[in-house]
Parts: sequence; structure tokens; C-alpha cells
Amino acid sequence: MSWVLENLDLIAARTGSHLLQALPPILVALALSLPLAKLANSQGWLRTGVTTTSGLLYAIPSLPLFVLLPGIIGTSVRSPLNIAIALSLYGLALMVPAASDAFRSVSRDVLSSATAQGYAPTARFFQVELPLAGPVLLAGVRVVAVSTISLVTVGGVLGVPSLGMLFVDGFRRGIIAEIAAGVVLTAVLAVLTDALLVLLGRALMPWTRQRSVRRP
Amino acid sequence: MTGNPFLQALAWLAEAAHWSGPSGIPMRTLEHLGYTALGVFVAALIAVPLGLLVGHTGVGKSVAIASAGAARALPTLGLVTLFALLLGIGLTAPLLAFVVLAVPSLLAGAYSAVESADPATVDAARAQGMTEWQILTKVEIPLGVPLIVGGFRGATVQVVATAMLAAYVGNGGLGRYIFLGLTSQDYPQMIAGSLLVIALALLLDLALLLLQRVTAPRGAKTA
Amino acid sequence: MRIHSSRRHLLGAIGIGGVALGAAACGASDPFEEGGDTGGEGGSGSDGGAADSGTVVVGSQAYYSNEIIAELFAQSLEAAGLTVDRQYQIGQREVYMPELENGALDVLPEYTGNLLQHYDSEATSASPEEIHTAADEALPDGLRLLPFADATDQDSYTTTAAFAEANSLTTIADLAGVEEDLKIAANSEFEVRPYGPEGVKEVYGVDVTVVPVEDGGGPLTVQALTDGDVQLADLYTSDPAIVANDLVPLEDPESLILPQNVVPVVSEKVDADAEAAITAVIEALSADDLIELNRQSVEEQSSSADIATAWLAEKGLV
Repeated sequence: MSWVLENLDLIAARTGSHLLQALPPILVALALSLPLAKLANSQGWLRTGVTTTSGLLYAIPSLPLFVLLPGIIGTSVRSPLNIAIALSLYGLALMVPAASDAFRSVSRDVLSSATAQGYAPTARFFQVELPLAGPVLLAGVRVVAVSTISLVTVGGVLGVPSLGMLFVDGFRRGIIAEIAAGVVLTAVLAVLTDALLVLLGRALMPWTRQRSVRRP
Repeated sequence: MTGNPFLQALAWLAEAAHWSGPSGIPMRTLEHLGYTALGVFVAALIAVPLGLLVGHTGVGKSVAIASAGAARALPTLGLVTLFALLLGIGLTAPLLAFVVLAVPSLLAGAYSAVESADPATVDAARAQGMTEWQILTKVEIPLGVPLIVGGFRGATVQVVATAMLAAYVGNGGLGRYIFLGLTSQDYPQMIAGSLLVIALALLLDLALLLLQRVTAPRGAKTA
Repeated sequence: MRIHSSRRHLLGAIGIGGVALGAAACGASDPFEEGGDTGGEGGSGSDGGAADSGTVVVGSQAYYSNEIIAELFAQSLEAAGLTVDRQYQIGQREVYMPELENGALDVLPEYTGNLLQHYDSEATSASPEEIHTAADEALPDGLRLLPFADATDQDSYTTTAAFAEANSLTTIADLAGVEEDLKIAANSEFEVRPYGPEGVKEVYGVDVTVVPVEDGGGPLTVQALTDGDVQLADLYTSDPAIVANDLVPLEDPESLILPQNVVPVVSEKVDADAEAAITAVIEALSADDLIELNRQSVEEQSSSADIATAWLAEKGLV
């Protein structure tokens, strides 16, 4: 444990960069998944295609993707953009099917009533459909957040500063406390982010407080 | 090294020499499948009974959900390196990490399988004089099999995509191509290994999806 | 305590906003740089992310020993009045060589033999001087080697004292007489190195199978050897575990294994002053020094910054 106490600065820095890498992809995945899911839901074959592509994306081992993506997008391996895009892809792979389910969970009758009440399409989407899809969307975002925070560690193998670096260094120096600190802090970050999302969900969707949200 | 590494990866896969011997593709794929199966199997021994119990009794529900959530957040590379330092090279360390990876999906599948049974149906079974054990095994489990299989599906796909880490600490599997390709800058080999992992994941996903369809009890609404 | 610090960083992260995209506060393993963070460059910007013209960017491999040497350079450069940006633990050559080539890094400690083979996979063993010259010539334009150190971090075929005695082993050639199947724990790339299974078969007529352990001859590799899971391990000769575990690196009379002297790769950014600061470290760094520095890192778990400060003071270099 003394390693941990003597390296608090290092651990704090790694934790900070870890979060900075994790947050943008989570937001990007959420933002992009909404239009993609709407598009997918508009056609049966598109929906099948999107689900299949998501499965395919998620099955790509992350380490090779981090190494190969720069060759396609023209960055270097350690570029923040490379990590952000790779993590966003994994986030989308989880989030698009979740968002598609979320929008399908909204009753068509409700949407028709909203239209009958005079909601324009945009207003109907933001004021009726999106809030009603909210609980299932939130469940999806929670999975994406936990998965992304865990995946950031893989970049540590390639020299992108994150808690994952503690695994590599601790493994080579045989310092168990260093690896354990990385593992525990990654889990703590994920659990805290998850709790934050639950609170955010309650604040934004007060009507869900009574019944529990079914997780996918 | 010139040319498109993706095309070179296909050429690598097509080379006959890579399809035989102890480091050939069939052997490495079998190892990979073996690690996956073993990890999911051991995880199922723990998670499925526990999930059924929690689903049936409702006891420890929040604890089970919370710990499964936390387990999802544990980075597998960290677990593999940590366990390896404690246990030495070989299969035990990565296997333990795969078990941790597989448990949440299996637990959630088993738990939601039982919970999804219509309370009216369960009450009817109870009224007919069935014991709790009979209710679980004759009503709740048969109705929930597709969800349990769904848990296996999620766990299997996750473990098969992660089983490359076994090669990090002295084992075989398709991870051998990926790590050797990475460390020796032989990207075609690394891509070829990745493609094999993806193909394997998709095949297993499809197989378990079919199993999910087949095991849906007649007359019950599909989950 | 930890929760507080992570919360603080969470708040900081939100404050900085999406623009930073993870660039802040990354990069350095050196605790001194955190907090002040004058560079601000931090993390990973290799795309045109060159620091100010006055700043020398020192990188290291994801290998604690390499990080210590990088830190020796960094502190020596700082003592010479230069500003240093530290970018440590950057994977292996596939990640950092492109960054050296495009100018995102200015100084990185390398090893002569493996560097040469990165550019010329056919390269065979030769004297340290010849390898150094060949590696320098193989480097792309804009990069060059400074003189090499006495300190080496050479791959080796290492076994336990017990196994060496039981089979009367002193050189790699003696392995040919061993009855049992020989397994060697090594990083996966050992498989394709010229001194790997093919090379040792060709030069010494010895058959070995690689058991890949990706810790660069670290504690797990050593444990595999001492537990008897493998008969041999590819340990680096600067590894303090060799002495600590009474291990025997087998002699290599045919010079199968390339010399791996510590050598700085530098960019054009390194001027005469900077070169002098780095070369002073190289001239003082003996093989035993490197083992001792590594020992402090793995046994005393000291940080590279502390280890470097003490050594530079001891040698009178700062």
C-alpha cells in the first residue's frame, strides 16, 4: 500500500486524464445514437442492419482497433482524437440499439394523440417522444458509461495516460498495489458516474421516481 | 511493408502454412473457444443458481444488481495482470478474469428470467399445490429459458472478444496472433487475428440467438 | 481521499470542457510536472502538437528501466537550463517511433541492437560500435544517435542455477544436449527476433518453444522460470532479478544476440547544450549502475524521479 501513498499525485493525474478521455465519447455516443436510432427505426431492414453492425463493432478487439484506426483517420496512435473516435464507436455500438429500443418503447397512440393535439414534428420529438423514451435511453447511457470508463484503460498499454498505465507499469515492476489501485479506481469512477447518471435521470425525469427502470 | 494491411491480412489468412500445426489457426481457434467456454461455464456455475435464487425469492436483489454493475466496471486487463502476479503464468489468472467478466450478464439473465414470469401464472401454480422448488423448476425456469440463454449470449460474446488477453500471460488462443503482430509490427497478422476473433464472436452470437429462439416455450410470448 | 481527488478532477474536467479532449494533465509520470503544468501540452498531441521551441520533449518506452534513463536525461537537461516536457511510458516502437519521426518527441533512450532491427530486420550481430554506426545510418532523416553507454540491457537465455548445474550448462550451445523439451518465457516478439527460436536453432542447433509473457522479462517471467513452468527465460541483463534469484544467463560464444547498449535517439531540436547534458549521463552510466537503478525501482518501488535525482547527485552531474 505504501506505493499508493507515495504516488498520490501520479494516481490523481492518471484519474483525471482517464475521466477526460471517457466523458466526450459517452456524450458523442448519446448524441449520435438518437438520429441513427430514429433512422434505423424508420425501416425494418435498416434496423436489422444497424443491430448487426453494432454487434460487429462491439466484437472488434479494442487494442488492435486503437492501433489500426490512426491508419484510417490519419492521426497518431496516442492522439486524443484517435482514442475519442475509437471509444465513440464502441459507445455507438451499445447505444444505437438501446436508443432504437427506447424509441420503440414509446406507444404510437401517444404519438398520434400528440400530433392530433397540434404538436409540430420537432416539438413532438423533443416534448413527447424523447422524454417518454428517456428511461430506456438512460439505461443505455449507463451501460455505455461503465463500458467506456473500463475501455479507456486499454489505451494505457499504448502510452495514452489513464489508469490503465498503472496496470502496465505495475505488471512490469511487480507492484501489486499499483495494479490494484488502477483496478479499484476504474471501478470507483464507473460506479460514481453511474450514480451521477441515476441522479441526473431522476432530476430530468421526475415521473420515473416511483417505478424502477427495467435495465436492458 | 507496403500495400493495404487489410488485404495483406486476408492474404495471411489464405496462406496454407498458417492453417496447420500447434500454432496454426485451427488449434489457436480451438484454444480460444476452450478458454471462452471454460470461463462462461465456471461463471454460470456461480451466477445462474444465484440469479435464479434472487429472482425467485427477491432476497438480495439490490445487492446482486449493484455488485453485477460494479463487476462490469472492472477492467479485464487490470484483473489479468493482477491475478497473474498473484498466481503465476498459465490459465488460472485469465480464467478468473473471464469469470468476473461473464458473471454480470449471466446473473442478470437468470434473475430477469425468473422475474419475468407472470405473477398470475406463478400464483396459479402455487394454488395448484406446487412446492416453491416445483414452481421454480417447472414454471419459472421453462418460461424464462430464452432470457437465461440471452445471458449466456451476452457473456459469451464479451468473453470471446476478451479472451485474447490469455496470451498476455503465457497461454495460447487467437490473442497470440494479435500480440505477436502488435509487438513485431506485423499488422497483417494482427488484423488477421482480430478478424478471426470477430468472426468467432459473430458465429457464437448467431448460434446462441438461434438457441434463444428455439428454447422459447410454445405458447409463451417471446421476451 | 481517493474519492475526493477523483471528484476534484471530475469537476475540473467539466470546467475545461470538451475542447481539451483529454489533453490536459496527462503525459508525465513525473509528479513535479503535475499541478504547475506549464507545458499544458500534456498528453498525446503528436499531430502538430510540438511544444514551444525552447522545450525539449523527452519520451520513454513503457518500461520502467527506460523511464528511469529518460528521467536521467530530463533532469540533466533541466540542470543545463532547458525546459523539458516529459512523455513517458509510450508503448513500444510501433507507437513512439512515428512520434520521433514526426517531431512530437525529441529525446528517447533506445537500445542499439533492437533499434537497428526495427529498421533492418535482417541485421545480424556485430560489435557494439558497428551496431551503433549501422543503427545511426538506418535512422530516418532528422533523427540521429548520440554516443552509446557502457550500460546494456541485452536479451539473454537465462536459466536457474539448479537447471544449469543439473545439465552442466554454461553456454547456449550446451542446451543442445538437454533431453527435455525446452520452453522459454519471453515477450511475444521474441518469436520473430533473429536470436529467437529460429536463430538459436540455426546457430546452436537448439530447439525452444516460446511461452509469451508480455511483461518484458518482469516478475511473472521470472516466476515462470523459478516455478519450473519453463526452463529458460529471456531476461534483460540489467534485470536485478538475475542476482536476486541466483539465475544464470547462458553465455553466447557465437554472438547470436545483438548488443543492446543504451543509446539516446535525438531529433534536430537537440542542440549542442542539450547534447552535452545527455552525453554526460551516457558517459557515466555503467552496466552495474543500470542494474542498481532498476533494483531501486522494483525492490524499493521508488519513483523514476527520485531514483534519477539521487544518481545524478551521486555522480556529481547536477
